[in-house]
Amino acid sequence: MAASTSNIQPDDDVLIEMYRRMLLIRKSEEQLFRDVKLGRTPGQVHLSDGQEAVAVGICAPLDDRDQITSTHRGHGHYLAKGGDVNAMFAEVYGKAEGICRGMGGSMHVADFSKGIVGANGIVGAGLGIATGAGLANKLEGDGRVAVCFFGDGAANQGSLMESLNISSLWKLPVLFVCENNGFSEFSPSGTVTSGVISDRAKPFGIPVWNIDGNDVVEVWRTALEAVDHCRSGVGPAFVEARTYRYSGHFSAEAMILSTPYRSDEEIEAWRAKDPVARTRALIIDRGAADAAACERMEMEADACVEGAVAFGEAGTAPDPGTAEQLMRVCS
Amino acid sequence: MPRMRFIQAINQALVEEMERDSRTILIGEDVEASIFGDTRGLLDRFGADRVRNTPISEQTLTGISVGAAACGCRVILHMMFSNFIYTGFDAIANQMAKLRLMSGGQITLPITVIANYGGGRSTAAQHSDTPLSLLMNLAGVEVVVPSTPDNAKGLMKTAIRSDNPTFFLEPGGRGGDTEEVPSGDYVTPLGEARIMREGSDLSLITMGSMTRMTLQAAKRLETELGVSAEVLDLQSLVPLDTEAILASVGRTGRAIVVDESRDACSVASHVAAILADKGFAQLKAPVQRITVPDTAMPYAPSAELPLLPNAERIVIAARALFSEV
Repeated sequence: MAASTSNIQPDDDVLIEMYRRMLLIRKSEEQLFRDVKLGRTPGQVHLSDGQEAVAVGICAPLDDRDQITSTHRGHGHYLAKGGDVNAMFAEVYGKAEGICRGMGGSMHVADFSKGIVGANGIVGAGLGIATGAGLANKLEGDGRVAVCFFGDGAANQGSLMESLNISSLWKLPVLFVCENNGFSEFSPSGTVTSGVISDRAKPFGIPVWNIDGNDVVEVWRTALEAVDHCRSGVGPAFVEARTYRYSGHFSAEAMILSTPYRSDEEIEAWRAKDPVARTRALIIDRGAADAAACERMEMEADACVEGAVAFGEAGTAPDPGTAEQLMRVCS
Repeated sequence: MPRMRFIQAINQALVEEMERDSRTILIGEDVEASIFGDTRGLLDRFGADRVRNTPISEQTLTGISVGAAACGCRVILHMMFSNFIYTGFDAIANQMAKLRLMSGGQITLPITVIANYGGGRSTAAQHSDTPLSLLMNLAGVEVVVPSTPDNAKGLMKTAIRSDNPTFFLEPGGRGGDTEEVPSGDYVTPLGEARIMREGSDLSLITMGSMTRMTLQAAKRLETELGVSAEVLDLQSLVPLDTEAILASVGRTGRAIVVDESRDACSVASHVAAILADKGFAQLKAPVQRITVPDTAMPYAPSAELPLLPNAERIVIAARALFSEV
């Protein structure tokens, strides 16, 4: 399927809720980028600014029992799935109050109570993990779906083929979502990837959607169909969403790269297709809310992020013995 | 007590544990055909939902195990030969061993990884590795090594019930060993070594595939040198029974560690380091290591067999220890 077969539209409240989530992700990541420069974070961050519509649109039909696996660029998935923003900031600041007690950091935010199986520093690691979650779901038989977010870079890991084969063979409820942002770390996709990524799922008999990842309505509409397909027990589904990240592979790349791997013109061309701005325009255009109301939503997101910064800053450094305590394999 | 083959004891443990907990599943290549016999009959008994023959996709099988275990299953993953751990190693080293820490302790990961290890059967270098110390070095995974049918059953049950990833390394070629196995439900605790033979002059510290030969060597030492050798079977490498190692050497004052690992950073060198750190005052002689040289295992028996620890090498090492007194 080139795109969704239906033309179903989200209700105003659904659209507004998705906009709020996208704003929270955007504002959070802009703040984290500043925090890295301010030295508030002990490590670096990989930002997903520009990709918010994929995370939010895909997670819209999911509930807490459904699982997601995420990538090294995982703040957006975590927040889209309902992860707590305060606990995320505390985690990225390396605090004991962090969602992973400061043991994982930016690249590893996870909240299993909300089905957020976690961001992951190994490109493609979520493919197998989500397939395993799908196996657990199938055995449980309660209609839960496991969603695997991965990038076009991860699509070149051999485990994609293995996961597609096994999940199709065993008819597992796994939704594979390739966020094709055009880059494998610092390499443009065209230099490392052949063919069309979503075509890789077709020989396994898996239904495929190839969509504009910057259009939250199209992502949402596709998610409804694809998640429904997985829930019905007939097997996995595959979505390739074309999108773009503005901030680069990671926060400090401008300091270490001698030459840019992409042009300012390219970035600006994608900013013209910005998913947050497009959603705002759609809300106003259809009269779901006016400009002043959208302004208030932005201010609310700002306030939420300010609160998260304060929560993170007030956090405490984890006890030096935490790692050994958590790693202890004998009781 | 009924007599039972090594492989039957493992099979019985699998049956009992799968009956005990319906969330326990078994996945792996050819678990239906079961070339070693340990998983034979399980598919018929527990059905195709819980016993899954998999494609040859090791890197994803280890990832699936992590995902399924994190989401409610108790997973038994059969990797067949220990060398195939390497093809599935990413999710073992980067996920299985680390996610409990990285998630801040949000999850347990009840995964048992079974693999058949060791040389001596002309399986050549890609089917004969002994990755015990490699796994010990990961942290975050438990490692157990059975040596006889009774502890094979007990350790397998312990591994499956553990909420941590646990590697169960079957000594290759020993499936037919037959011994008495206690009836009914019992477990062999993690972190407990066992004394297989008592002695007063020398501690032979060993595990898994090496124990039978080491017991034979101990008898030779008695008759040929008049040396009373204690044989300590480590059973569990992570956690390791450091107390039992120190206590044995405290009684004997001398130690030879017999280990099928390659020598560099082996189980043997780790035990020797523990003795140097914590048992130095009790040692009457340097700790000896009988290991495999730092080489891959060759195919031809004439080249392979001399690389493996054997009773002769133990006797020679012991003779040197006592001539130094």
